[in-house]
Amino acid sequence: MTRLPETSPTEPILSVEGLSLDLRGTPLVEDVSFSIAPGEMLGLVGESGCGKSVTALSIMRLLPTPPIAISGGRILFEGTDLAGLPEAQMRRLRGRRMGMIFQEPMTALNPVFTIGSQIAEPLRIHEGLSERAALERAAELLARVGLPSPRTQLARYPHQLSGGQRQRVMIAMALACGPRLLVADEPTTALDVTVQAQILALVDGLRRDMGLACLLITHDLGVVAEICERVCVMYAGRIVEAGPIADALGAPRHRYTRALVETIPLSNPPGRPLPSIPGNVPPPGARPRGCAFADRCSAALDRCRAETPPWTMDGARGFACWNPA
Amino acid sequence: MSDETVPLLEVRNLVKHYREASGARVRALDDVSLTVRRGEVVGIVGESGCGKTTLGRTIMRLVEPTSGEIRVDGVDFASLSGAKLKAARRRVQMVFQDPFGSLNPRHKVGVIIAEPLVVHGVPGAKARVAELLDLVGLPGEAAGRYPHEFSGGQRQRIAIARALALDPALIIADEPVSALDVSIQSQIINLIGSLRARLGLSMIFISHDLSVVRHVSDRVGVMYFGKLVELAPTSALFERPRHPYTSALLASVPRPVKDVVREKRAGAGLVAAAPGEIPDPANPPPGCAYAARCPLAEPRCREAVPPLAAVETGHEAACWRSGEVAAREPITSA
Repeated sequence: MTRLPETSPTEPILSVEGLSLDLRGTPLVEDVSFSIAPGEMLGLVGESGCGKSVTALSIMRLLPTPPIAISGGRILFEGTDLAGLPEAQMRRLRGRRMGMIFQEPMTALNPVFTIGSQIAEPLRIHEGLSERAALERAAELLARVGLPSPRTQLARYPHQLSGGQRQRVMIAMALACGPRLLVADEPTTALDVTVQAQILALVDGLRRDMGLACLLITHDLGVVAEICERVCVMYAGRIVEAGPIADALGAPRHRYTRALVETIPLSNPPGRPLPSIPGNVPPPGARPRGCAFADRCSAALDRCRAETPPWTMDGARGFACWNPA
Repeated sequence: MSDETVPLLEVRNLVKHYREASGARVRALDDVSLTVRRGEVVGIVGESGCGKTTLGRTIMRLVEPTSGEIRVDGVDFASLSGAKLKAARRRVQMVFQDPFGSLNPRHKVGVIIAEPLVVHGVPGAKARVAELLDLVGLPGEAAGRYPHEFSGGQRQRIAIARALALDPALIIADEPVSALDVSIQSQIINLIGSLRARLGLSMIFISHDLSVVRHVSDRVGVMYFGKLVELAPTSALFERPRHPYTSALLASVPRPVKDVVREKRAGAGLVAAAPGEIPDPANPPPGCAYAARCPLAEPRCREAVPPLAAVETGHEAACWRSGEVAAREPITSA
């Protein structure tokens, strides 16, 4: 099982242990483990189809079950296993103790309600605030996430805002009831780079100030390196390497992590060919036996195609590779 | 046809106005001038709504310019129509961002790649398709298969093969690698590099991703709010930006992993260098469009639009205070 040593002496807010997810018997995610301490930002990176988003959705229990099933493992949130929690209890946790923000805020916001009523809703439901008190809090939250003239914004509709402003509104909604965990799934992928920097700086400040545990899901290694303390790298449904940024991304041991870091244009002199990774990511259902990266790996051994590599610790970092760098 | 003294592409004072439903006029392209030399790759960067896609489409005449000149090999593209435009279009081809939307799902790959040849009445399509597939690194049997049988990276290879079919002088590539995963993105960047070396391709490479543009371009133009605000050789632009917006863009990009590991910044890792967002296109500010977000802005910036002017040989910037723009610590990596 992939295990990370605790870097923080405090109890983790979230601890995922050996999580496996199936889609009608086809494994999507296998044996995924990680934990996040209060005030910590953990990055979960990987390419399309690696299972990072379904992992995030399963933590929030937002996956349609069926067809997807939690086939193994535990999702411990403040000590409670969410994997088998009835939906009624889950609903009380979601939006109150745990918040989530998505890549495209437009689809997560209701186009026919004002910003104010959408932020006020969880406050009225979960905290029992009156309409007026809830709107008052909503304005404070909008100010906190850096939206100019928050009182005016309350009466506006989502389509009247820019992408960056909508993402700020989503963050305000996620924070409304003072959660302990924030799951951010590609929160800046749809945003321009200057606005991305603003939003990431905002999330980073919030987790420091509020002691939030943050799970940042992204395909962007550069973003993870800049704002996370630790990272889990996923490939074809498994965590292949995990640990502090300086180890896991600074000097990767797993061949996939190493290839991924080296192939980024920014890591290479302009104009020269990039060290590239041949082939494509195998989709769920077509993942090979043994190590799923073996067919694309320049250092694959016979053993890599036969047996799943075990989790190996090296200092604070762990990896699953038979022939590590 | 190719006179070496004439630039391959010369865009002069190109303007494209749209009218919004509300009746407001939006200046998608506001007096853009640009040249592309033979064998040169010019990168165009900017954020959404800056006009970079409109620029590519207007050069192709997929969008009609409001005014201005587009000369390809000295021939004015903007004034052509009918058969003459069709003939001239052979010289310029386009590659789009979405390799799923840009290929007809009901046609076999061989038909898709041969289409430009058929449209322009070029004989020997079958042999040419085989040659093109080989050129972009796909097996010959790909011709008999449908687009859905290919991955995103392979589809982009097909789109590139189609763009090369007529042996164009210029390729306009609009975000050609943005929809691809990192490991696939580098395969396509390498393909573009090798095609360039083998065919002497000239290209306009449009992207929001500065690191990709830096990797493939000889010169880079930065667009903001419909205008070209800086144009320079790639290394000069990245090492000594002379427009505050370019400088903010560079500061917003995550650094190479190795540099981050070497020196983790205190506090927030990323620098939010440009506060606020772009102005409302229907209601543009009077002076420099970047003034409201700019740390160097002074009263005249809010009154008069700075022209794009030479600050060094081959380096142009549209800023009243271009001499005071701070260089970012250079993006390097060991």
